[in-house]
Amino acid sequence: MSKQYETVIGLEVHVELATKTKIFCGCSTAFGAGPNTQTCPVCTGMPGSLPVLNKQVLEYAIAVGLATNCDITRYAKFDRKNYFYPDNPQNYQISQLYLPICQNGGVEIETEEGGRKTVGIHEIHMEEDAGKLIHDEWEDCSLVDYNRSGVPLIEIVSEPDMRSAEEVIAYLEKLRLLIQYLGASDCKLQEGSMRADVNLSVREVGTEAFGVRTEMKNLNSFRAISRAIAGETERQIDLLESGEKVVQETRRWDDAKGESYTMRSKEDAQDYRYFPDPDLTPISVSDKMLAEIREKQPEFRDDKMKRYKAEFDIPDYDIDIITQSKHMADIFEAAVALGAEPKKVSNWLMGETLRLMKEREVDAQDLRFSPAHLASLIRLVDTKAINSSVAKEVFEVMFEENVDPEQYVEEKGLKTVNDEGALKKAVEEVIAANPQSVADYRGGKEKAIGFLVGQTMKAMKGKADPGAVNRMLKELL
Amino acid sequence: MCITDMTAVELAAAIREGKATAVEALQAVLTRIEEKDKELNCYVTVDKEGALKQAVQVQEKIEKGELTGPLAGVPVAIKDNLCTEGILTTCASRILRNFVPTYTAKAVVNLQKAGAVILGKTNMDEFAMGSTTETSAYGVTRNPHNTEHVPGGSSGGSAAAVAAGECFYALGSDTGGSIRQPASYCGAVGMKPTYGTVSRYGLIAYGSSLDQIGPLTKDVRDCATVLEVIASHDDKDSTSLVRQDTDFTKALVEDVKGMRIGIPNDYLGEGLDEEVREAVLQAARVLEAQGAVVERFDLSLVEYAIPAYYTIAAAEASSNLERFDGIKYGYRTEEYTGLHHMYKKSRSEGFGEEVKRRIMLGSFVLSSGYYDAYYLKALRVKALIKKAFDEAFARYDMILGPVAPTTAPRLGESLADPIRMYLGDIYTIAVNLAGLPGISVPCGQDSKGLPIGMQLIGDCFQEKKLLRAAYTYEQYEKK
Amino acid sequence: MANIISDETIEYVGILAKLELSEAEKEQAKKDMGRMLDYIDKLGELDTTGVEPMSHVFPVQNVFREDVVTNGDAREQMLSNAPQEKDGMFMVPRTF
Repeated sequence: MSKQYETVIGLEVHVELATKTKIFCGCSTAFGAGPNTQTCPVCTGMPGSLPVLNKQVLEYAIAVGLATNCDITRYAKFDRKNYFYPDNPQNYQISQLYLPICQNGGVEIETEEGGRKTVGIHEIHMEEDAGKLIHDEWEDCSLVDYNRSGVPLIEIVSEPDMRSAEEVIAYLEKLRLLIQYLGASDCKLQEGSMRADVNLSVREVGTEAFGVRTEMKNLNSFRAISRAIAGETERQIDLLESGEKVVQETRRWDDAKGESYTMRSKEDAQDYRYFPDPDLTPISVSDKMLAEIREKQPEFRDDKMKRYKAEFDIPDYDIDIITQSKHMADIFEAAVALGAEPKKVSNWLMGETLRLMKEREVDAQDLRFSPAHLASLIRLVDTKAINSSVAKEVFEVMFEENVDPEQYVEEKGLKTVNDEGALKKAVEEVIAANPQSVADYRGGKEKAIGFLVGQTMKAMKGKADPGAVNRMLKELL
Repeated sequence: MCITDMTAVELAAAIREGKATAVEALQAVLTRIEEKDKELNCYVTVDKEGALKQAVQVQEKIEKGELTGPLAGVPVAIKDNLCTEGILTTCASRILRNFVPTYTAKAVVNLQKAGAVILGKTNMDEFAMGSTTETSAYGVTRNPHNTEHVPGGSSGGSAAAVAAGECFYALGSDTGGSIRQPASYCGAVGMKPTYGTVSRYGLIAYGSSLDQIGPLTKDVRDCATVLEVIASHDDKDSTSLVRQDTDFTKALVEDVKGMRIGIPNDYLGEGLDEEVREAVLQAARVLEAQGAVVERFDLSLVEYAIPAYYTIAAAEASSNLERFDGIKYGYRTEEYTGLHHMYKKSRSEGFGEEVKRRIMLGSFVLSSGYYDAYYLKALRVKALIKKAFDEAFARYDMILGPVAPTTAPRLGESLADPIRMYLGDIYTIAVNLAGLPGISVPCGQDSKGLPIGMQLIGDCFQEKKLLRAAYTYEQYEKK
Repeated sequence: MANIISDETIEYVGILAKLELSEAEKEQAKKDMGRMLDYIDKLGELDTTGVEPMSHVFPVQNVFREDVVTNGDAREQMLSNAPQEKDGMFMVPRTF
C-alpha cells in the first residue's frame, strides 16, 4: 500500500429506554414474555389505532441530551419514516427527523495517547423499536413477535469525529456510563438495549473531503465493533487501491464469519418519505420542564470520582472500578453512610464482589445485595462475631439472595465460639491426637503450628477465631 | 305515523313513554332494509342478530330506568370505516374483506353507552376516497330520491340509509366533505365538527389531519343530539380536544337576530348550477328575514384548496394505508414469490383503482426531491387558507354557501374524470384544511326532484352557532 | 411539470408504495399522475415566502400519557385476523 489512509467514523447509537411501558401505548416492556403477549392495537398497527406519547420517554431523552451537552429543542415534532418490513407493523416508524429533541452536543473521551478529545453529537431523537423476526427452518418462513414493537428508543447520532476502534469504544463507554447514571437504560450491547451502527469511510491522510461511507449494522459487542471497523477499513482501502469505488450502502456484519455483506436489494429504495406525524401533537419544552429535569440529574462519574478522591482514603484504582457503575457506587456510598469503613467496603467490592461477578457473569448494575447488608457483614467481622472465612461464605449467599447476614449467621449458627472452655478442650484434644506435629513444633518447626490451628478450626466447625486458637495453642504447648 | 318516519329523538321519546319498544323499532327498520336495500345497497353488513340482542338489552335497561338518554333504543347505522368489535369492518375495500376488529371506535362506544342499537355497517367509497360511493368494492349505493343517481360520498351509504328510512341516524366521516356532500345529495342533515371534537380512535384513517367523525340525521335536532353524545375528549387520541361546550342541544333555538352571515362571492361563481345557486340564496333570504345580517364578501384562495387538499390527503393516505400488507389482517394474495412480491400482489389485488391512484400520488409528493415543492408547499397554502378563514370570521359569525356545485350526478358520470370529481369538493374541502365545523342542511330540490343542500361554516368551536341557524331555518321551512 | 412522470417514476413509486401495476395500469397511472400534478402546480401561483408550513391546525401541544402499564395479554385478539400464524406469532415469507 503506497498511500496512507485515515478511517473516519461516526456512530448511530440506539438505546432502549428503561420505561415500564412502550412509547405510544400502555403495553409492558418487560423482557422475556411469551411472543406477542405484550401487544395491543397500537403496537401491532391495527387499523384505527392511534399513538399517545409516554411522558417518561421525553424526560429521559431530555436528560440524556443535557448529560451530553446538547441544546434541547424547545419545539419538537415526531415524523413518520416510511418503509415496508414485517417487523414494522404500520410500515412506518414513528421517529424524528426535522425537529429532533436534542441537537449540537458532544462528550469528551480519552484518546489512546492519553489526550482528550470531544466527539460531537449531531442530534438525539426519540423513536419506536421494531418487533422481532424469528426464522422458522421447518416452514421456511419468518415469524413476527411484536413485543418489542413500540419499545422506546433514543438514537444518538454522532458527528464523524472518531478515527479508530479505540475511540469508538471510549465514546460508547462514555455514553453507557452517562445513560446508566441517569437510569435511562441499562445499555447492554449483548442484550440489544444498546446498539451501535457504524458509519465509516476512509480518506487519504491530509485530505479534507470525506470519502463515501457505509453503514454497518448488527454489532453486538465491543469485540464485534472492533473487528467490523478493521474489516470495513480494509475492504474500503482495497476497493480504492484497486481503482474501484466505495458504494454508499448499509452492510450487515457477520461476526462469526468476520465479514460484512450488503443489505441492499432493488426493492429497497431508501427513500423514507419522512413527514410530520399528524396523529401526534408537537412537543413544547417549557423552562419549567427543563428545570425540573435538570434538577433531577444525578452526580455523574467524573464529579463522583473527584469527590471520592477528596472524601475517601481509597486507592484511585478502586475509585475507577467502583464508579464504573452507578449501582456499585450507590452501594459503596450507602454502606459508608451506614458507618462502614470506606476501605473495608471498597475491599469487599474489589475483592469478593468482582470475583463473583466474573465467575457468575453478573453485571455491576445487576448486583442484588443491599448496602445495609454489606455494612452489617462488615460489622460482624469487625466485632469478631464471625471470622473472615465465614464472612466470605455468608457474602456468597448475600450475593445470590441478598440475605440479612446477621439473621443468616444466627440461623446457621456460624458465630465464632468465644467459650474459653470449649476452645481449650478442643486444643487439648488436637494436641493429644497429633504428637508428631507437636514434636515438630517443639523441635523448632514454627510452621507445624499452622497444621494444628487448622485441625482445631476443623474441630470447632470453623466457628473459632483463628487468632484465639493460635494464642491458646502456643500457651498450651 | 309509521315508525320508520320518526326522527331519532322522536323515536327515543316514544320508547321512553312506552308507545314503542326498541325491538319494534329495530324490526320496523330491518323490514325497511329488507324491502329497499337490494336496490339501494346502503349496507355492507347488516348485523341482525347482534342488533336484536342489543335491542332486547337496551329495552330492559330503559324499562328499569337505567337508560334515559335522548337516543336510547334507537337503531343506528355506522360507516364501515369505524371499527366495531366482532362486526366485519371493510372500509368498502377488498383488502379488508375479512377484517373483524377486536375493539370498537370511541364514537361508537359513546353511542352504545347512550343505548344505541348498532344495525350494521354502511357502504362508502373505498377508504373514504371518492365523492359518489362508486369506488366501493361491494357495489354502488343508489340515491333513494332517484336510483339512477349517486348518493354522494364518501359516506354515501350512511346518507342514503338515513334518507331511505333504513336507519334513524348514521355516523359518517368527513375528510373533504364526505358527510356534508352526501347529506346534501340525499336530503339529510350532516355535520362535520371542529377537528378534535370527536375522537378518531377506531376510525380507519384516510387523511389523519383532516378526518372527523360526525352525524347524518333526518333533522337538525337529531344532529345536535347525536353530536352531543359522540363528542368527547379521549386520552387515546392525542388530537382530541378538551371542550366544555358540547351541550349542543342547547343551541336548538329559533333565533338568528343579529347573526352576521357572509356569503363568499367565490362560492357562487363559475361551475355552480343555477338551481343550486337559487335555492341556497333563497335559504339565505329566509335567514335574513328572520333577522340575520347577510352580506356578500370575498373569501379568496378557494380554488387553491383542492390542490392543497389532494396533496396533503394523498400524502397522509399513502402512509396510513401502508399497514395493509397482508401480514397482520386482511387480504393476502394466494401465490407469491417472496416477501416483497407478497406485499405488492396483495396490495395491488386488494386496493381499488382510486385508492391506488391516491397512494401513488401521495408516495410521489413525499418522495425525495419533491417533498418541499409539493408537500410543504401545500402545508404553506393550508396556513394561508386558515388565515383567510380567520379574517372572514373576524367579520362574520358564519359563512353560508352551497355544499356542492350540483345535485347528485348520475351513476357512472363522475369516475371517468377524476379531476372533475375532485372539483365537486370545492366548497367543502377548505373546511377540513382549516379544521372548522360545517353543516349541510336541506334547502329544496332541483327540477329533477333531487335534494339541494345549504352549507353553513363556522369558526372553530362554533358548532352551536351553526346549529342555531340551521334549526331556525329548518323550523321556518316546516311551517 | 407533468413531464417529470416518466416510466421510471412510475416504477419507482410502485416500489415505494408496494404496488404492482400492469402495463396498461402503468400507462393510465402516468397520465393520471401527470394531470394531477399539473393541477397541483396551481399552488405555485401563490407566493408563500415566509409562510410556516402548517402540519397541525390547532396549537395543541404536549399530549402525554403516564408511564403506567394499562394493557394485559391480548395475543389472541391481535392474532385473530392474521392470514397465517404459528406459535403465537404472525407468519410471513422468509425475510433473511
